[in-house]
Amino acid sequence: MTTFQKRLLLFLFILAILTPAGMILPEVFKAGDAWGEWGIDTIQEMLGFVPEGMKKLSELWKAPLPDYSLPDDGQSLSSQIISYILSGIIGAIITGGIIFIFARLNKRKVKD
Amino acid sequence: MHIPDGYLSPQTYIPLYGASVVFWGMAMKRLKKELSDKEIPYLAMAGVFSFLIQMFNIPIPGGTTGHAVGASITALILGPWAALIAVSTVLIIQALVFGDGGITAIGANCFNMAVVIPFVSYWVFRLIAGNRDSKKRVYTGAFLAGYTGLTAGALLTAIEFGIQPLIAHDQTGNPLYAPYPLKIAIPAMALEHMLLFSIIEGILTAGILRYFMKHEPQSVYALKGGTA
Repeated sequence: MTTFQKRLLLFLFILAILTPAGMILPEVFKAGDAWGEWGIDTIQEMLGFVPEGMKKLSELWKAPLPDYSLPDDGQSLSSQIISYILSGIIGAIITGGIIFIFARLNKRKVKD
Repeated sequence: MHIPDGYLSPQTYIPLYGASVVFWGMAMKRLKKELSDKEIPYLAMAGVFSFLIQMFNIPIPGGTTGHAVGASITALILGPWAALIAVSTVLIIQALVFGDGGITAIGANCFNMAVVIPFVSYWVFRLIAGNRDSKKRVYTGAFLAGYTGLTAGALLTAIEFGIQPLIAHDQTGNPLYAPYPLKIAIPAMALEHMLLFSIIEGILTAGILRYFMKHEPQSVYALKGGTA
């Protein structure tokens, strides 16, 4: 691995440690959900009803780590922060690993 | 910009799955022709970057949140086809593992964020920066690549949301899926991106490109003169 690549990896690691900013700042500034990504309860509040098709599809999938948090991560801020960072690291490793393997299988066949 | 399950009708999400599958096939063919061993670690790192940067939700105080995608810089450094694969992988993992974006909407989300953002970004950059050595054009091009790329993705997402009440409602006119029409969805999605989130994607794109230009300028795909 080159020095440059090592520096990029370090940068990614620092980024992972800083991710809780992306969880805390929206709460501090009382920013709601992203537009068009409201949960069923919020839709019910906004519209007074939940559209039929949405009701059927919305519970289709139970993600193991919903909203980038570990199961039973507790209520305290520090445990939520750790849970968010660990989710980020887990996601980063899965992402990097899958792309790496996929790319090895689908790369150019000639040597460079 | 991650459309959840239940917001798109089947007549929207099925064709968008089809479109994404076609692009995935084309991208794989392209990688088999072009992807070299030394690009592989960068591709994996680009995916990790895209995944992590999307965890940085940026608040609009009292309103909503959004985030950069990291698809534009990936398109400039590794090319739009490689970016398509990296960002699609991120989006599929986000949907399956983290419930961010719906299972039914994977095709739509990949089309909006892994196809449209990389290609718009790449074309805008090539148009402005060309193959020239003018640093000013390269960095202006990179900023605008990120800015227009993310905005285009947001606009398309807004259109997909906004057409739902038109194409899917019951006899009394109640929407079956995403409830807000185009005239609400488009201004909401376009403005928040044009005023904040796209600026951040633009700054990230120009900033990271600058770092690559300093250390490994020869590895920047968008300056090699290849075609997309």
